Amino acid sequence: MTARFSRKTNRKLAIAGVAAVIAAFCAACGTELYEVPVETPIPAKLDVSAFQRVLVAGFVAGGTEDVDTNQETVRLLRSQLRTKSELRVIDADPIQLVDVAQEQNKAATADNSLPAEGPSVRTTSAADNTAATALPQKIKDEKDLEPYDRLFANTAYWKRIGEEYQNPLIVTGSVLFTPRTSSGLVTRETEVYDGLGRRRVVPTRIYMERKGFMLRPKFVFIDGRTGATISSLSRREEVLYNAQNETPALSSYFELMDRIVPDFLGTLSTQKIKGTRVLLK
Amino acid sequence: MKLCLTRSLASLIVAAAAVAALPATPVLADTRSDAREQVEFGINVAQRGLWREAIYRWEKAVELDPHYAAAFNDLGIAYEHEGQLEKARKAYEKAIALEPNNTQIRQNYDLFKEINDRAVQPKDKP
Repeated sequence: MTARFSRKTNRKLAIAGVAAVIAAFCAACGTELYEVPVETPIPAKLDVSAFQRVLVAGFVAGGTEDVDTNQETVRLLRSQLRTKSELRVIDADPIQLVDVAQEQNKAATADNSLPAEGPSVRTTSAADNTAATALPQKIKDEKDLEPYDRLFANTAYWKRIGEEYQNPLIVTGSVLFTPRTSSGLVTRETEVYDGLGRRRVVPTRIYMERKGFMLRPKFVFIDGRTGATISSLSRREEVLYNAQNETPALSSYFELMDRIVPDFLGTLSTQKIKGTRVLLK
Repeated sequence: MKLCLTRSLASLIVAAAAVAALPATPVLADTRSDAREQVEFGINVAQRGLWREAIYRWEKAVELDPHYAAAFNDLGIAYEHEGQLEKARKAYEKAIALEPNNTQIRQNYDLFKEINDRAVQPKDKP
């Protein structure tokens, strides 16, 4: 009886002790630390105060044909800019920049092949010479995209587009979205149960076949008043899944763009980053 | 509801007046305790979203007691919230210099640095 009483008392004392420690800890925390939500404004990397409107014109798109990368990128960026920037977004059909570049290239080639008349010698600029280089019809990789870069340096073309839309900030560039496969050892966390049935999570290296996508956008910001490039932003993101997973290309595209969009928005508008901090007394 | 708001505003003003009067206490008063009053008031108003008033209080606190790490930490947070990132960095660094082993201050500073590094890239102008 005495032993039983003593066991009960001991247990009560232990519980009281633990409660006292917890109470003391909480009291200490409660009086000294105050967690507060903060929103840190990050100023835009690009000074766009000269513009009230933005035109997401279109992109030179390449890679997989499962996704209309030009259309989707234009749509996504416009919707993000509408909600997260102060610029007014111009609604217009996305420009098929691959076709525009091909036409410009054809015109430049035809121009260069004209015979010189009489004694006058036609001087060709370096830009004309580069324009004459053939553009790949199908863009499969980064190398195929490179020759298209000269389209963004064509100030006359972008100035004309700017005039058409009353001198907005123009967002254009290129987007490459290609399938990727990879195989090799990857570290995975696996559950292990010991002899006593206790669960442990241990890192294990296993051989895996994986497939996914790579997204490499290059955003070019152009002053619609002059047609000159103000700035550009390049990013590269990749996602790989287990080879057995059948993840749709469009969903991978959005998954990857999700990682890139904050940087894009941070270039054009002040972003507020939410977090918590601890105030101290 | 309106009455309740007016009452809490009135009590806040009374408290503010009381805290504002604190530095006028005799010279022998404990500066740390005066600074602590300012810090407490600052926390109170910051929790209501009045960050500018909080900054005013915490600036007063560090003026009263330039060795008060918690006040510098709080000031860093407030400057961060107001987008004054350079001032925030200085305040956090001062807090860490005063209390290098304070994990809370260090954690706040690390979170701030993550954001600050993204913000301090050069601006392009058209």
